[in-house]
Order: sequence, then structure tokens, then C-alpha cells
Amino acid sequence: MSLLEVRGLRVHYGPIQALHGIDLVVEEGEIVTLIGANGAGKTTTLRAISRLVPPSGGTIRFAGVDLTQLPPHQVVALGVSHVPEGRGIFANLTVLENLLLATYGRRDRARVHQDLERVFALFPRLGERKGQLAGTLSGGEQQMLAVGRALMTRSRLMLLDEPSMGLAPVLVEEIFATLAAINREGTTLLLVEQNAHQALKLAHRGYVLETGRIQTAGPAAALAQDPQVRQAYLGG
Amino acid sequence: MPFVAQQMVNALQLGSIYALIALGYTLVYGVLRLINFAHGDIFMVGAFFSFFAAAVLGLPFLPTLLASMAATALLGVMIERLAYRPLRHAPRVSAVITALGVGLFLEHFTLASVGAQPRLMPPLIASAVYQAGPVRVTTVQLVIFLVALLLMLILDRFVNRTLTGMAMRAVSWDKSVVPLMGISVDRIIALTFAIGSGLAAAGGLLYATAYPVIEPYMGVLVGWKAFVAAVVGGIGVIRGAMLGAFVLGGAEVLVAAFLPSTYRDFIAFGLLLLLLIFRPQGILGRREVQKV
Repeated sequence: MSLLEVRGLRVHYGPIQALHGIDLVVEEGEIVTLIGANGAGKTTTLRAISRLVPPSGGTIRFAGVDLTQLPPHQVVALGVSHVPEGRGIFANLTVLENLLLATYGRRDRARVHQDLERVFALFPRLGERKGQLAGTLSGGEQQMLAVGRALMTRSRLMLLDEPSMGLAPVLVEEIFATLAAINREGTTLLLVEQNAHQALKLAHRGYVLETGRIQTAGPAAALAQDPQVRQAYLGG
Repeated sequence: MPFVAQQMVNALQLGSIYALIALGYTLVYGVLRLINFAHGDIFMVGAFFSFFAAAVLGLPFLPTLLASMAATALLGVMIERLAYRPLRHAPRVSAVITALGVGLFLEHFTLASVGAQPRLMPPLIASAVYQAGPVRVTTVQLVIFLVALLLMLILDRFVNRTLTGMAMRAVSWDKSVVPLMGISVDRIIALTFAIGSGLAAAGGLLYATAYPVIEPYMGVLVGWKAFVAAVVGGIGVIRGAMLGAFVLGGAEVLVAAFLPSTYRDFIAFGLLLLLLIFRPQGILGRREVQKV
């Protein structure tokens, strides 16, 4: 059984159909990336998996459980975290409060402290700034906080929506290195990126999304060599 | 000077009651960006619950307080569930009109079920007067101030120190991301209504203790004043609601002390309007950042 199995996923925004039947599989331990142009449906796919938008058709199974009828906060409890587009940090809360908030649904309170230490070890700057309001962080630090928060939910699968957006290249390298480390420690990643070059370097496999449909899929290294993918997303 | 000090004691009494009610406006506004115009009437129902607990069931002060807070909290949750939640994604104006409608419903439901004649709240606090230097303080004033202070301290601690309090603040910042933290937004909103309504019930009991005549329309003017207090302090900011309530109580008492009391509301509200011209976001309010 795959960790995540999406079959025939369709999503409508009013009369507009955003996804036309997406099939996608993520195995435990993998890093899978979803690349494609603006408006291809990458964000919508993630939002449907975490149930922020209701699917109009198809199935989403996580560890065998159908997610399509669940409210989003229960999807988190099952073990799916989501680092949303634009980071979605709570600027009026401190860094520490942002991290603690993500443990709201957890019952293993005793492990929270240990997980905080882990996040601060991965992102020392968050530890230095834990008492600061999250709104005062730089863009890169906010992205670290968003990833740290997802870690605090103790998820098996982490959905990441454009973690490189708006960051300087050196910070992108740093974030991607950390994502690789998080994956080595056992968290499965489904990564949406416009920065296809970086994403394919990190991922094991990839899907190319075009106007709400999967266009191509395969091992990341093969996609990076695919002439059509190179032409469209890697600048030739 | 003793005269002014005495007036300050009176202002504390009034401000305490306004604060408990103003908190409900500001809490609900914080999580829903909705002015709950029914809140003054929730305060009134809380006063009636207190009346029934005290006069009919014969409960003493503390059980009356707790019973009335619990019953009114439940009422607040029901109002949210039945009247506001179905309109969560409707245009803002629909929710505002619904809130006005809920207020009228509560007034007239109370009118129809208990009648129009005012009820006399039985005295629950043995009255005694203490002389503290130049100032006279009654037990009633003391109880009002201490109960309000205690409830505000508990609320402040709850909102700032507990995970659920953090969740309430997170909802007020950006509801859309909150579910991703494993938190049910609906539950946080329901809880916010419960807390706001419970505090209004405490205000209702304290009000009825100080001014023991209660009737179905008593929530209208008091509700408006508490709303103004919340706006003056900075709507959505919890400590602002408390501060605004004491500013309003102080303004009212001072105007009434030095001018004919018919000028009281006119001058007190005039001053507050002036303040809002110069500081539209309220004393402790932050300018709302419009998010697209």
C-alpha cells in the first residue's frame, strides 16, 4: 500500500474546473515533486489533499484512509502536514507559539519538548528568535518557521507549496538542504515548485502538471533530461 | 479632591461592568470580524438568568454567577451555531443584519415570556460601607470590581498562555491556515462565543447587583456603551476592551459629577467620537492590514 494514493482527483472552483482527474502516488520515504507552470493546478492538488478545498470527484487515500470526507484538521491528525503557499505564519504570535500551536491536536504532549529541540537544531535561528513575534522574521526565517511548524505536527507526509518562493538563492539552497535532512529522518515529502531545477535535484520522482492534468511522470533524473521538460520548465 | 477620588470608585464600578460586556464584542470581532449586535441582549438574558437563579431558585451569589454564566455561554454557542455559522461565507452585511435580528429576537422573546414589567433583583451581597481614607466603598462595589478583575485576569491568562488561547489569536490573524495546525476553526469560534457570552452574563449579574431593576430592554443602551468602549479601546484587542471600558466609565462618571446628569451620555459619547477622529483604530488598536 502506498502512503498516498490519489486517483481521478477533480476540483472545481465554481464553474471552473481546476483539476481534470489527477492520478498520483507517493511511497513512504520518497520525495516527490509536482512541477508545472502557474495555474497548472499544483497548489489546488495540495489543497485538495489536505482538504482545504473539497474535491468534486476522485479519491485520496492516505495510509489506506479515505481523506475526501474528512475536515482538514482531522487530516492533520492522521499525519499529513501542509506548508502552505505564502507560508501562512501567524504574525501576531511568537515563533514559539507558532510552533506550539501546531501540536494542538497531538496527544503525546510529553514528546513536544523533544520535537521543539529538533526544530531548533534544524533551524538554529528559530531558537534564537523564539520569543519574537513571527511577523518580525525575515522571509527566509518565516519559511523555516512554516516548515518547523509542519514538523511539530509529527506528520508522516509533508506537503510543501513553493518553499523557495521569494527567497534569495543561498536561502533556497539552505531550505532544500534541510528538506533533504528531514526526508532522511523519515518524513515523506510532496513538493510543489516552480523552481523545477532545484525540485528535480532534490526529488526522487516527479510529476509534470499542465492545465489540471498530469502530463508526464517519472524519476526526477529522467525528467530533468527530458527535452520537453527542459524546454518548458528548465529554460532549455 | 476626595470628591474626585470618590467618583473614581464609581467609575471603577461602571467600568468593570462595561469591560465584561465589551470583551464579548472584541473577542467575537477578533475571530469573525463580525460586530455581534445581539451581544447587549445576551447581557440582558444573562441578567435574567441571574434573576431566576437568585429569586426563583434562591441561590446565593457565587452559584448564581456560575449558573448564569454557564447558561448564557450555552445560549451564545447556540446563537453562533444556528444564526451565524450558516452565514460564515455570506456577504458581511447579511451577518450584521442577522446579528441585529438575533438581538431583537432575544428582546422580544424575553418580553413575551417574562412580561414587560421590570423585575427587582434580590440583594445577594450583604451591604456594608467601608471608609478607606477619604473614599467610601460599598461591599457591592468591592464585589463588582473584584469579580470583574478576577474574570479579566483569567481571560488574559487563558488567551496568552494556553494553546486554545493561541488558537483564538491565530484564528483572528488568518482563519484559512488554522485547520493545517490540526485545529477545528468551528470549535474555536464556538468557544469564543461561549466565553464572550459567559462574561456578558457575569456583567449582567453585576449590573443587576448594582442597579437591581431588570427588564427586557436593559441591554440596548448598556450594550451600545460597551460596544463603544470596545471600539475606543481598539476592537479586536482584548486589553483594549478593558481599557476602553474604564475610560468610558470614567468619562461618564466625571461628566455626571460636574454637569447636569442629562448631559452625561451626550458629552461622554462626544468625547469618544473626538478620540476616534484622532485615533480611529482605538487606543490600543492596530491599523487593520487589508489582506486580499
